[in-house]
Amino acid sequence: MAPDMLLALLWKALVQTVHMVAVAGLIGTLVGLPIGVFLANSGRGELFAAPMVNRIVGLIVNATRSTPFIILVVAIIPFTRLVAGTSIGTSAAIVPLTLATIPFVARLIEAAIREVDRGLIEAARAMGASRWQIVTKVLIAEARPGITLALTLTLVSLIGYSAMVGAVGGGGLGDLGIRYGYQRFMPEVMAAVVVVLILLVQAVQSAGDALARRFDKRNRQT
Amino acid sequence: MHTVSNPPAPGRAVLPSGAEMAPPVAASPMVSFRGVTKRFADRGGKGEFIALAGVDLEVPKGAITGIIGRSGAGKSTLIRLVNGLENPTSGSVLVDGVDVGGLDETKLRGLRRQVGMIFQHFNLLSSRTVYGNIALPLEIAGLSRAAIKARVAPLIDLVGLSDKAGRYPAELSGGQKQRVGIARALATEPKLLLSDEATSALDPETTQSILDLLKTINRDLGLTVLLITHEMEVVKSIASEVAVIDKGLIVESGRTFDVFTRPRHETTRALLSGLPGTKLPDAITRRLKADGGTGDRIYTRLTFFGATAEQPLIARLMSELGAEVNIITGTIDEIAGEPYGSLVVSYSADPAVLSRAEAFYAQTGLSTEVLGYGA
Ligand SMILES: Nc1ncnc2c1ncn2[C@@H]1O[C@H](COP(=O)(O)OP(=O)(O)OP(=O)(O)O)[C@@H](O)[C@H]1O
Ligand SMILES: [Mg+2]
Repeated sequence: MAPDMLLALLWKALVQTVHMVAVAGLIGTLVGLPIGVFLANSGRGELFAAPMVNRIVGLIVNATRSTPFIILVVAIIPFTRLVAGTSIGTSAAIVPLTLATIPFVARLIEAAIREVDRGLIEAARAMGASRWQIVTKVLIAEARPGITLALTLTLVSLIGYSAMVGAVGGGGLGDLGIRYGYQRFMPEVMAAVVVVLILLVQAVQSAGDALARRFDKRNRQT
Repeated sequence: MHTVSNPPAPGRAVLPSGAEMAPPVAASPMVSFRGVTKRFADRGGKGEFIALAGVDLEVPKGAITGIIGRSGAGKSTLIRLVNGLENPTSGSVLVDGVDVGGLDETKLRGLRRQVGMIFQHFNLLSSRTVYGNIALPLEIAGLSRAAIKARVAPLIDLVGLSDKAGRYPAELSGGQKQRVGIARALATEPKLLLSDEATSALDPETTQSILDLLKTINRDLGLTVLLITHEMEVVKSIASEVAVIDKGLIVESGRTFDVFTRPRHETTRALLSGLPGTKLPDAITRRLKADGGTGDRIYTRLTFFGATAEQPLIARLMSELGAEVNIITGTIDEIAGEPYGSLVVSYSADPAVLSRAEAFYAQTGLSTEVLGYGA
């Protein structure tokens, strides 16, 4: 394949991947973060104590997480059509990606929030903070390094998942690799796709790590 | 030794009447606990654990009151009732006349802004600087940025951290962290400061500096302080009032000086025995008998306080009884700011010596307690 054509294909696929990952990551976080905060604080005697709801939400989260992604993609096609108006293409692929991201983010955020010292909640309550203020000013603020790492992991996983949505014509780098590199046997396309994916994942991970380190004031030495 | 020195054992002298005086009772207390009980459901679900078994206590305004007890006595549970972090199972807690249990969520948050709290493990936000931590309660109260700044700056000065405003907690020592905790607790200008073992994680020297700071705040801002601790030293050095809690009950309370110089309850005595200078060496305790025979020596504890603490009484006692007097152990100290001395001496139980000693005690008003007789 001519280099300029390969480049054009790669660029288009990269844009599609970034598009899918960005939208699914954003919506997945917007929905998953509050669920994660809820899961971390709704046990018995906790800030939003609702043990029953906690258990039910936990079950749904677990069920979604244990469904293999490719099965999820196919199983929710009717829902995808309802939301995206179509079941084919990049926009359609975003629906199952988002759906898979929500429980993933929720569990990671839950873990990050649970890392926050309970004594800080106590101190904030003693100051007269409302539950909303405790969440925003204490829990999320203190868990920021952990949340940053959680979202980094989410993006990296999303890049991997996005390679699978070629099945519904989602496009993107993974799809390019399969169609050209594998089905049409063009190893140079496959190699280029792998290199771009590695660079992409590296970039996301390094940025996330650097950000988390900047947020983390727990072990600062001077 | 207990059987000999504990009241109502014979031979225990009565204190000078001045020390018997009741503490001045303020018109209305800052905190009143009225028949407060607290039960926790056991982990299993069926059984119940009684953490507080009916507490009645008044915390006077403007004073530093200490609640002391062993681990698990219910101290934290008790103090957490004051700002509604915990609710009593029965009974009521009044803060400046307001029943904490009767407040709705919004009113309770309002009350909490009038009640500062400091903690054993400081509970500072690691993500915020010294300035940011002190500003937090003000942000929560909804003050403007400018108003916050005007409030925080003098507080940082007050606790002596002017050069650390931009530092994070991880960059501070334990004592400095507690200073931030204190400044944070003072930010909303509370009328009551609660302290849950605020110095228990600190070394003795740092403890003293934090206690001095609390004393200063109490004196200069007129802030009522209620502190709980398991360390007698803490109560002794700053609390003018004390309550001793044991197994969920207040077993003794009153002016610290009175309670410490004449402990009535077993728990108080046990807690006090940890203080240096109050305990006889074991070797001597073992030799003591309740009655003296010929040639025996009498072991007597002399307690100095009030006016007697400031006179050269030991020298005079020695000249009065001749070279007979043997000093066994002793301490000179302050309890809640009042000088206090305790000295255990032995001298011949010969009737002539005894009558000279009695005459001297009667003349000087020294408080004495016969511990026993021995060789
Ligand atoms: N939420 C709870 N559930 C069950 N039991 C509790 C709870 N909180 C406290 N307790 C029990 O109540 C008793 C008193 O606890 P509290 O924390 O008040 O003791 P403390 O005097 O502060 O002890 P320490 O000096 O160790 O802090 C303890 O036996 C404790 O196990
Ligand atoms: Mg405690």
